[in-house]
Amino acid sequence: MLTAIALAALGLGMLGPVGAALARRPFGNAIVYGGSLALSALIALAALVHLAGGAGPVAFSLPFGLPWLGVHLALDALSAWFLLILGLGGALSSLFALGYGRHEAEPGRVLPFYPVFLGGMALALLAADAFSFLVGFELMSLASWALVLASHREAESRDAAQIYLGMAAFGAACMLLCFGLLAGTEGDYRFAEMRAAPPTGLRASAVMLLALAGAGSKAGLFPLHIWLPLAHPAAPSHVSALMSGVMTKVALYALARVLFDLMGADQPGWWGGIVMAVGAASAVMGALRAVLERDGKTLLACSTIENVGLVAIGFGLALLFRGREPGLAALALGGAMLHALNHAIFKSGLFFVTGALLVATGTRAIDRMGGLIHRMPATALSALLLGMAMASLPPGNGFASEWLLVQAVIAAPRIDQLAFQVEAAVVAVAMAIAAAMAAMVAVRFLGVAFLGRPRSAEAEGAVEADAPMRAAMLLASLLCVLLGLVPSLPLQLGAPVLRMLLPGAEGARLAGGWIGPALAPESHTAYGSLALAALVVLGFMATVVVVQRLAVPGHRRGPAWDCGFRAAPTERPWGNPAAQYTAGSFGQPILRILGRPLLAASEQVEMPEPGETRPARHQSGFRDPAARFLFAPLQAVVMAIAERVNHLQFLTIRRYLALMFGALVTLLVLLAALEAR
Amino acid sequence: MRPLGFGELSYDVAHLLGAIVLVLSFAMLYQRRLMALINIYALQAVVLALAAAWQGWVQGAAHLFVTAAIALLFKAIFVPVALRRIVVKLMIHRTIETVLGIGLSMVAGVALVALSIMVVLPITGEAAVLTREDLALALSVVLIGMLVMITRRNAITQVVGFMSLENGLILAAVGVEGMPLVVELIIAFSVMVAFIIFGIFFFQIRERFDTLDLHYLESFRGERR
Repeated sequence: MLTAIALAALGLGMLGPVGAALARRPFGNAIVYGGSLALSALIALAALVHLAGGAGPVAFSLPFGLPWLGVHLALDALSAWFLLILGLGGALSSLFALGYGRHEAEPGRVLPFYPVFLGGMALALLAADAFSFLVGFELMSLASWALVLASHREAESRDAAQIYLGMAAFGAACMLLCFGLLAGTEGDYRFAEMRAAPPTGLRASAVMLLALAGAGSKAGLFPLHIWLPLAHPAAPSHVSALMSGVMTKVALYALARVLFDLMGADQPGWWGGIVMAVGAASAVMGALRAVLERDGKTLLACSTIENVGLVAIGFGLALLFRGREPGLAALALGGAMLHALNHAIFKSGLFFVTGALLVATGTRAIDRMGGLIHRMPATALSALLLGMAMASLPPGNGFASEWLLVQAVIAAPRIDQLAFQVEAAVVAVAMAIAAAMAAMVAVRFLGVAFLGRPRSAEAEGAVEADAPMRAAMLLASLLCVLLGLVPSLPLQLGAPVLRMLLPGAEGARLAGGWIGPALAPESHTAYGSLALAALVVLGFMATVVVVQRLAVPGHRRGPAWDCGFRAAPTERPWGNPAAQYTAGSFGQPILRILGRPLLAASEQVEMPEPGETRPARHQSGFRDPAARFLFAPLQAVVMAIAERVNHLQFLTIRRYLALMFGALVTLLVLLAALEAR
Repeated sequence: MRPLGFGELSYDVAHLLGAIVLVLSFAMLYQRRLMALINIYALQAVVLALAAAWQGWVQGAAHLFVTAAIALLFKAIFVPVALRRIVVKLMIHRTIETVLGIGLSMVAGVALVALSIMVVLPITGEAAVLTREDLALALSVVLIGMLVMITRRNAITQVVGFMSLENGLILAAVGVEGMPLVVELIIAFSVMVAFIIFGIFFFQIRERFDTLDLHYLESFRGERR
């Protein structure tokens, strides 16, 4: 299996140059995306077989790379689980791109990097030494950076790409230092060696914080998330789907690998408290921004921050419970792993939907859409199913994993420390707020984009997406429904991951589809997805029957309630569509309630003077606290330092030489002093 | 070959030649006149060639004679002659304006020699005696060459300082056994390239500012002083 996956990763890497060569040919699209589809499906299949077969970890090393290190690859349960996510996400995105890629203005800027992006992620997941991991991680970062730059003619994309590059460099530096500390003074960068000698004390805490900063900046955890709502929407939609759905999961994989696997189980529990707090902040902040954003892709990217935060909460709880309550640790980690898979699928699918909308209407602003359910029924249906998953409504798959996470949080007071009990209560509230806002995000997105009347001529002239795009969207929705109906199946599949990361946890047992007790015998509540789904269907049918009974037989057409619609002018027989509820008006209550304290939201009404003919203007906006309190001061400090050292650029030749001479003499003196000791 | 030690002729002569190179570096440090500076540089190159030839004879390594020949022809004859021609052509026989006083630069030079000895001797504890002494001397020559470069304002003096620094490198190279010829060739080439670049540089400056004093160049670039 490992060989198959490694060869698939290599094949993806080789597709990059092929893409560069064939970018201008008409069939280049089909070859690159078709190849990516086949190889991603192969990766998913191999990972699935590895997980289902219950095989132990396999590893091999290759004789190239760094001379004293070589390249070590390994496949264990954890990497197989995330490879499954990568394979599924990659296959769906490639399928979507078979159609979407045809609308790409400059395929030469996408085709060479897309397979390399996938290959880099596969390498990062397969790596069993720090060097190979970082090579894969950086390949992923740089390829996705190039893909963000694909629409380089827009100033927004260029800015986003620059910020993204800076954050990626920061994350990579943190991961580098983290692995450096893990390797210790002997400097053995193989994961097996790190596992054998886990760090202790202060060094261990430094490793944990560095991993959280490095992986967190890539995954989009608060407060290092500000690049994410800029960069993810700027990329082509199938790449956005990969970045949001899969790349953030690779970062979470790195976090799990370091915190659970490489550092060993014998570590302090308060780490979990930190990870949980960061996750809760991300969940609330991401959901809040998602309610307020008006760009379809940006709001999905913000929702990604929320979901990554939820997974981080699961990780934090598992760290907290580890070694004390093995069952609850399994519950939390199982929820986190399941949510990673679920989010990868529904977020990819939703990005496909925005891609289809972008192709159909030429805009990403949902305020310029509307009424698309009539023109794009297949897209609307998948958006509905995927939106249900995002809103974590039962029986969608998002509900199953969030339910597990909430169960774990509710059980957290079993930890006998007041600080953690209080934190768990706060985190539970944060999760509830985030889930409620996620539902609002889904309703707002679906309602404004698909319901109502067309808000622009482009929306009115929209046509349904072509076959591969429809297939990808519907396939993603189908997977969401399946995972929602039988969440015990993926849990069963992920049981080896829990057994591997949590010594003492037995992992899931399939207990008739009731997922709570399957993971934790202590859990007194259970969620039966099939039973609930049956209940929902029964309730729906009963409602239909009752409504039909009570309804007046036959039907008649009358004038619609035209609240807000002025009398229709002749050129617009449907009235003024601008009078409809918009994305902005949908988010306004939240902007006023939560936006003011959390996002420094501002609203200004500019009234014309009496007698003036200009219209009144209403402006509202908000600023992310991370930008205000972290990045703006940081920028000020960097600028101040740059100002200080700027005059070094204008020294005389002699002074430059003197500077070097001084440095050399200082180092020599240091050497002499060290020798004298 | 048995290791060299004190009291043996081959060692003493090598040590003497290295010391002369160093003393000539000091001479460069205090020399105020351009022509005399170039003469001292030529003399240093001759001594360097002698040192290389002596090492070649002692070690029985033929390629060191080639090194000696390159040093003699190129560094002792060709470069000084060319520099002299530049000086004559540009008519700059004036005294050199030093940044640091002569007494102070001598003190700094002595301190650098002390530093080199303190750095090199403990590190090379296991190496042959000659190698150690030779490396200490060579490092001193390199550091004093740099000092010459940064204590003078005139561009020609900086070139001479740079090439004296190269002399130090070659002194280190010939003192170590088994240094292949390729390396020395590359060093010679680098000096030549530097010389050409600096030559062009002089004429450019001269053409533009009518002087070789870098002070004018600096004020042209809008630098702060």
